[in-house]
Amino acid sequence: MFDQPLSKLIFGRLTWDAIPFHEPILLWTFVAVALGGAALLGALTWFRLWGYLWREWFTSIDHKKIGIMYMVLGMVMLLRGFSDAIMMRIQQALSFGDSTGFLPPHHYDQIFTAHGVIMIFFVAMPMVTGLMNFVVPLQIGARDVSFPFLNNFSFWMTTAGAVLIMMSLFVGEFARTGWLAYPPLSGIAQSPDVGVDYYIWGLQIAGVGTLLSGVNLITTIIKMRAPGMNLMKMPIFTWTSLCTNVLIVAAFPVLTAVLVLLSLDRYIDTNFFTTTLGGNAMMYVNLIWIWGHPEVYILILPAFGIFSEVVSTFSRKKLFGYASMVYATVVITVLAYLVWLHHFFTMGSGASVNSFFGITTMIISIPTGAKIFNWLFTMYRGRIEFEVPMLWTIGFMITFVIGGMTGVMLAIPPADFALHNSLFLVAHFHNVIIGGVLFGLFAGINFWFPKAFGFRLDPFWGKVSFWLWLVGFYFAFMPLYVLGLMGVTRRMSHFDDPSLQIWFEIAAFGAFLIALGIAAMLIQFYVSFRNREALRDHTGDPWGARTLEWSTSSPPPAYNFAFTPVVHDNDAWWQMKSHNYQRPTDGFIPIHMPKNTGAGIILAGICTVFGFAMIWHMWLVAAVSFATLLVVAIGHTFNYKRDFHIPADEVTQVETTRTELLANHV
Amino acid sequence: MSDSHARTMPGERKALRFHLTEEHHPENGTLLGFWLYLMSDCLIFACLFAVYGVLGRNYAGGPTGAEIFELPVVALNTSLLLLSSITYGFAVLEMQRDKLRPMLVWLGITGLLGAGFIFLELQEFAHLIAEGAGPQRSAFLSSFFTLVATHGLHVTFGIIWLITLMVQVGKKGLIPENKRRLMCLSMFWHFLDVVWIGVFSFVYLMGVLP
Repeated sequence: MFDQPLSKLIFGRLTWDAIPFHEPILLWTFVAVALGGAALLGALTWFRLWGYLWREWFTSIDHKKIGIMYMVLGMVMLLRGFSDAIMMRIQQALSFGDSTGFLPPHHYDQIFTAHGVIMIFFVAMPMVTGLMNFVVPLQIGARDVSFPFLNNFSFWMTTAGAVLIMMSLFVGEFARTGWLAYPPLSGIAQSPDVGVDYYIWGLQIAGVGTLLSGVNLITTIIKMRAPGMNLMKMPIFTWTSLCTNVLIVAAFPVLTAVLVLLSLDRYIDTNFFTTTLGGNAMMYVNLIWIWGHPEVYILILPAFGIFSEVVSTFSRKKLFGYASMVYATVVITVLAYLVWLHHFFTMGSGASVNSFFGITTMIISIPTGAKIFNWLFTMYRGRIEFEVPMLWTIGFMITFVIGGMTGVMLAIPPADFALHNSLFLVAHFHNVIIGGVLFGLFAGINFWFPKAFGFRLDPFWGKVSFWLWLVGFYFAFMPLYVLGLMGVTRRMSHFDDPSLQIWFEIAAFGAFLIALGIAAMLIQFYVSFRNREALRDHTGDPWGARTLEWSTSSPPPAYNFAFTPVVHDNDAWWQMKSHNYQRPTDGFIPIHMPKNTGAGIILAGICTVFGFAMIWHMWLVAAVSFATLLVVAIGHTFNYKRDFHIPADEVTQVETTRTELLANHV
Repeated sequence: MSDSHARTMPGERKALRFHLTEEHHPENGTLLGFWLYLMSDCLIFACLFAVYGVLGRNYAGGPTGAEIFELPVVALNTSLLLLSSITYGFAVLEMQRDKLRPMLVWLGITGLLGAGFIFLELQEFAHLIAEGAGPQRSAFLSSFFTLVATHGLHVTFGIIWLITLMVQVGKKGLIPENKRRLMCLSMFWHFLDVVWIGVFSFVYLMGVLP
């Protein structure tokens, strides 16, 4: 390693060949991204926004701003992940018989890998974390999270991972292994290039952020609830967030460990997952699914929480069966660890092991079913208002039940032997992830947007987006169920049987409807921003909602609540309203708050450099950046001045402005 | 939770207090948060133990544990680490009595014992690699090196942290922030000790069994 020339130590295996000049699709994408990026950066400079962004957003430790930044990251990555999706749908619709479509297999394999990785790690995860970050402290009546600096750092680490994954598009290439990078395919013998290394380092760096944000939110929920809010008075979204973060802390270390082992196999020739010298590739498959199965519950539980809040708000009723909802959530949390083997019944572990995991998998449908019934009973005889969040919720309930039932079908080991690795499976998990997680996130975005920005999202374009997504989803994925039952396997870039083509064409049509749905969503944001004065909400409670976040102004002040609320009921704000609660208008006191810091973004930036250096074997750069990382991290611990007080005058001023607004409004 | 008594019957309109008029001071969460982090770290070790459990007898024609483990050296190593936990305990006792200098001395001894542990471990590794029993030789050795070296890396970071804290305590004294940090490092240090007991019994002692 050290007998190489200096240029090799600095540049590693990075050469001009790594830039894909010869691939027109990538080249034009790069040109478009470069022009768009330059325009964005130019605009930021022109409008002198850098200082504002740095002071108010990048270095902010305000959980609300960090939550919003997570959502922006998720939205941007959704566009990237969806471009991959529609390319795959077009390729599969075209590539029959003599036609090989427009993507060579080498490129197609990278696209399906990138699609899965991006959608799970850099769309669903940031959006889920973003909503939890924004909503949970407000729901429990706290001023911020327990570790505000760590929160900022976590966000930037997630972003650093996303940056590395995006870099792989234009510098080198991405993994061609599928989103879980099973060895031996992901081993150094089969994948000697940088693709798998991008995968490993992108996920490791983002994983640090995810784990720390999990620790942070658990501690926040345990320690920072408002007085009176015991565990069984927590809003359901907070409950599901707690369970999700417990799952994060208990599952992500397994991913870290297994990726470390894969890295060792690739970097120093160890034999964990090799086919020689005693390695065992199934060890990898087991470990990664011990993380991977809890991961799907990490994503879906907060969505369940969102639906619970939305259903009770728009049915004007208390949530039906609060306690059973809590117990169902906890049971799902525990069972999430007892089902991982159902992802590879075909491993050959024998009938008894497979039966155990098949049965535990089917048992999960019981608490999930209980939740569905609770939502239905909440709606029963409620005064339902079909606002956009409620539409997403109803769309979810219908779609998710279908996905859940196909899941139970896959849980039957003998059936799974036929359906394993087929498009039936692909249809199933898109059915639950789009119909569950994504619909939940969209419901959440429409529901809490007015809280974050002070104006509602335009309902017309929201409804257009909802219907396009819903119909598009069924067109895109129901054909895949059919194809899967006929035995078509996943991850193929070419087919010989022309009778299958019609199904792929229908699926491609569905993907185009979804593209329009995404476009409608972007238009919705634009139109809402343009009409923000008409959509403005001065009350802080546009939906007539039930939990504490709606008791403060929209957007909430930096300190969330001038005085910490005292809680007596599950629906704390509903109870306050029914008691004609008068918000205090004087007697404000100084508020103790954490200070902004640039350490998070700087550390994450160094991590990005370190990851990039490791990917390209730039040993000198890696060593220097790692040393810098340590020095900066230690240096940050010498900063003891991390908090300040918002003076009482300032609080009084903010609250008086709100009092006037409320008076003028009513 | 001062207002938990304020429950009302349905329909009853008793005047409830809905906000505090004084500043609310939630309990500091650092120790809980750090404990949660430690549990996540524990899971990383659990994975490495599991991998060793599966691959630990896959010698691939190479050396076995019985052939390469030198129990006397490991026993010395183990006693250094266990002693360092005791000395850290003494440091915490001095911290609670707000005695700065004796505390720093105990911390220094702890660090030296930790460094001795790392030194012996590196020697063992160098010896094994020189003998051709490096991590590349077999799945058994891959999992052995990874488990033990991960623990060693943790101890190394613990030592760096310890030195940093000694400087910070020297500069700022035993202020609450520093005490909290010392307690976190204490948990970390004892945790590594517990993990090592697992490594010693599960890897070394069971490894020399035929």
